[in-house]
Amino acid sequence: MNIAVLQFPGSNCDQDAFQLFAGGLGLPTRFVWHKDTRLGEADLVVLPGGFAYGDYLRCGAIARFSPVMAAVGEYARRGGLVLGICNGFQILCEAGLLPGALIRNSSLEFRCMTCGLAVEDAGPAFNPGTLGARIRLPIGHGEGNYRIDEAGRERLAANRQVILRYVDNPNGSLDNIAGVRNEAGNVFGMMPHPDRAFERFHPSRDGISVARAILSVRHPDLVRKTA
Amino acid sequence: MKRAGLPPNPDPVLNQPITPELVRKHGLLPGEIEQVRGHLGRDPTLTELGIFSVMWSEHCSYKNTRPLLKGFPTEKVGATADFGRVLVRAGEENAGIIDVGDGWAIAFKIESHNHPSAIEPFEGAATGVGGIIRDIFTMGARPVLLTNSLRFGELDSPVTRRLLRGVVAGIAHYGNCVGVPTVGGDVYFDRSYEGNPLVNALCLGTLRHDQIRKGRATGLGNPVYYVGAATGRDGLGGAAFASRELSAESAADRPAVQKGDPFMEKLLIEACLEMMAVPGLVVGIQDMGAAGLTCSTCETASRGGAGIEIELDRVPQREPGMNSYEIMLSESQERMLVIVQAGREREIEDVFAKWDLHAARVGSVTDTGRMLVRHHGIDVADIPASALTDGAPVYQREATRPAYLDETSRWTPAAAGLPDLDLAGVQAALPRLLWNPTIASKRWIYRQYDHMVQHGTVVEPGSDAAVVRLRLGAGEKFIAISNDCNGRYCYLNPRRGAMIAMVECLRNLVCSGATPLAMTDNLNFGNPYKPENFYQLKECVAGLAEACRFFDVPVVGGNVSLYNESPEGAIDPTPTVSVVGFIEDEAHITRQFVRVAGVRLILLGGAPTELGGSQFLGIVHRKKTGDAPAVDFAAERSLQDLLLGQIRAGRVGAAHDLSEGGLLVAVCEMLFGHDNLGAALDLSALESARQDALLFGESQGRVVISVAGADVQAVLAAARASGVPADPIGEVTAGVRFAVRTATASHEWSVPGLRAGWETSIETAMKRPGLG
Repeated sequence: MNIAVLQFPGSNCDQDAFQLFAGGLGLPTRFVWHKDTRLGEADLVVLPGGFAYGDYLRCGAIARFSPVMAAVGEYARRGGLVLGICNGFQILCEAGLLPGALIRNSSLEFRCMTCGLAVEDAGPAFNPGTLGARIRLPIGHGEGNYRIDEAGRERLAANRQVILRYVDNPNGSLDNIAGVRNEAGNVFGMMPHPDRAFERFHPSRDGISVARAILSVRHPDLVRKTA
Repeated sequence: MKRAGLPPNPDPVLNQPITPELVRKHGLLPGEIEQVRGHLGRDPTLTELGIFSVMWSEHCSYKNTRPLLKGFPTEKVGATADFGRVLVRAGEENAGIIDVGDGWAIAFKIESHNHPSAIEPFEGAATGVGGIIRDIFTMGARPVLLTNSLRFGELDSPVTRRLLRGVVAGIAHYGNCVGVPTVGGDVYFDRSYEGNPLVNALCLGTLRHDQIRKGRATGLGNPVYYVGAATGRDGLGGAAFASRELSAESAADRPAVQKGDPFMEKLLIEACLEMMAVPGLVVGIQDMGAAGLTCSTCETASRGGAGIEIELDRVPQREPGMNSYEIMLSESQERMLVIVQAGREREIEDVFAKWDLHAARVGSVTDTGRMLVRHHGIDVADIPASALTDGAPVYQREATRPAYLDETSRWTPAAAGLPDLDLAGVQAALPRLLWNPTIASKRWIYRQYDHMVQHGTVVEPGSDAAVVRLRLGAGEKFIAISNDCNGRYCYLNPRRGAMIAMVECLRNLVCSGATPLAMTDNLNFGNPYKPENFYQLKECVAGLAEACRFFDVPVVGGNVSLYNESPEGAIDPTPTVSVVGFIEDEAHITRQFVRVAGVRLILLGGAPTELGGSQFLGIVHRKKTGDAPAVDFAAERSLQDLLLGQIRAGRVGAAHDLSEGGLLVAVCEMLFGHDNLGAALDLSALESARQDALLFGESQGRVVISVAGADVQAVLAAARASGVPADPIGEVTAGVRFAVRTATASHEWSVPGLRAGWETSIETAMKRPGLG
């Protein structure tokens, strides 16, 4: 059992994600370098926040071509659990593993603050019953404005793929969307940072319950052990 | 004087004779060029003239300030074998280092990027952040936090709005991408900074004692590596540019402003720390900041008592056809010079290959004591390394007390016939003060900075001091950091104003539950050749040094930025102070915000009585006059000791010092952290000759604390025992009323109304159109 945290050049929340799982949940966690072509045994692959390749083109547009991403795609197709946080979410969208795209915040400015989030009923693992109706997580991004075409928006609704919505929209996202999952329910992406909400002095400790909810999709036993 | 002893430069442009006009253009004085000839025994080549001009600029040589800076204490008297020792002193290396116990240390330093930011605010501020981060990781430390200290003209000017928008966006662009949280800062708006904004950036990093690296070239034959970004023509002569006054022609200096690449910097941090973690691989390392390749080679050679020779053909270059002058003086960003143990070249090359970065062997360490530069096989510069560093000229400038001080220091409200505030005047003054951009919430600024990355931020921006948890191996420690300097006080009384910057900074740390440890300072002043400016500089440095000695807070590093003048004149003297404090126990962390109704408010330090230099005088009466508030070090120490003792005893819920805006502003700021809290104050027992001074004066050494009802008597008794005046002034109430009773009148405001204006004041101002 282990958690794999990817490191792209320019990842800067890799240590934060590592500590969420290693320190916050007490799970064996390791890093995987972006030039590696294999993931090895992993129960969850995390794409952390940051500015992969500087995000000088579109966010995530270059990172999706990193050697490790072929393995991530294969892992996801076989049903493996994947979580993208912030820049990781952007990379998953660029890689086509999650629907939609993230563009500049409507304010045209970076936003760092703690946001109230409504938990959506997105399946047996991720829902208000497992997480509570409202949680609070920090955000820190300049390009978190979620967009999707009309057909995609209908599919998101029909398949209950929206996992989190902002209570007070900080970036102009369509339908206040803060996080989504894929149709199969094994790939998750969110702009808010569970990796900034797990220590006693953080604005909340909701990051731990979010991480647990995602792990419980495939590993109910694992989650019980860390509870 | 014999002709140049070096062969002709491969670029004919560089073979022109060194005329007095050329010397003047390089900012060297006639006497200085004679010293250059003395060091060389011949005329310099144009490449050498460029090298001397940047190394002997104020920015690199401190030629006008070095004698003054010697007055700063650089050691902590009260240090113990395991805590507080200064491991690397100010001026020795790129940043000072201080012991925080258990084999761990912190490196921190502040540096200015004022001139570049005035011309090109986004890139100027961004590269300021990049430069200070390199100063920290070149010491072997991992950068863990940033702060900044900003000064602008007033926001009603579209030029100021353009500068503020650009500077904040530049800091955000660089700091956010590189992944170091910007956890705090201070911002003032004042006409004196119109056209000459101040952008001072601080970085702090953590390291084990055995990870400390030095900028020294030693070991004959050791290879010298150039790592990081390629060299371009940007930033040519930036250090010399920063050592001149800004003028209408400064925009033509835009090539002197560098362009930053935070992604490159992030890779460079990781690659360098990885390389430095290999035992014995790195002999010395220095970043290429001001004066680029020139400064890093001659400084490492000079510190190491060695020589260095480099081949410019091997320097990675971004554009073709650069000559030796351009390569040596380029200030392209994100580059480092590394001296490696001979025979281990492969190891450094492997690390940089992993990160897809340049690592080019450009030369080697010699025993000649000279900096020898070759280009296309020809010697283009050959200079004794120490001539560029220790051999730089040192001046004691003339100081004259400015005439305006005669008038301002004698000003008193009584002598000037200033009417005291009536009921309506008090009612109107509080919102005017709270909504003034200098006092108002800086949320519009800090929400653009990632202040939470690295997940160690405990007290976010907006409180008296930022508090950060440092993860040190398996352990952790908590530190607080605050920046302070009220330039208005320094203008009115340079020595006392500088002392206030220090004592206020210390007070902010104590309010957060921290014990002050060490400081770094950024001296921002006008042209030192003007005796009035030099007087301000000299007096401010003396004031800082006196405060540092009294409170045993050593200076571990800093920066001097002179020539901060626009055609309208010099800025207010601004010796920015940043002190790091240590928090013994996480339970001591205290914020400025009250959390519950029913707690009592106690004013420590006595009733404010002074108006001189206050924001009230500036905002309500449009006056910058009077003497700066009085400073009493002994009283300040008693106050701070008492406060820290009460915090550690668990009796203090919130603590906030009186600063800009005075008592009512301070209490409002304590209420603004939570919804639905008000306060009822009764100030009728406080003695003050004037209402305006009592409510809005800025007397020093005052703190408001919140205390549970059951602890009030214990706190008052402790204050009596310490000889610190302590007055219960009211309590926090549920609801939205802020009610204040004085001996002569009663006032009331709505807290949500005051808060809304305070929170959105800068945001609203920034919605007005700016230039560009």
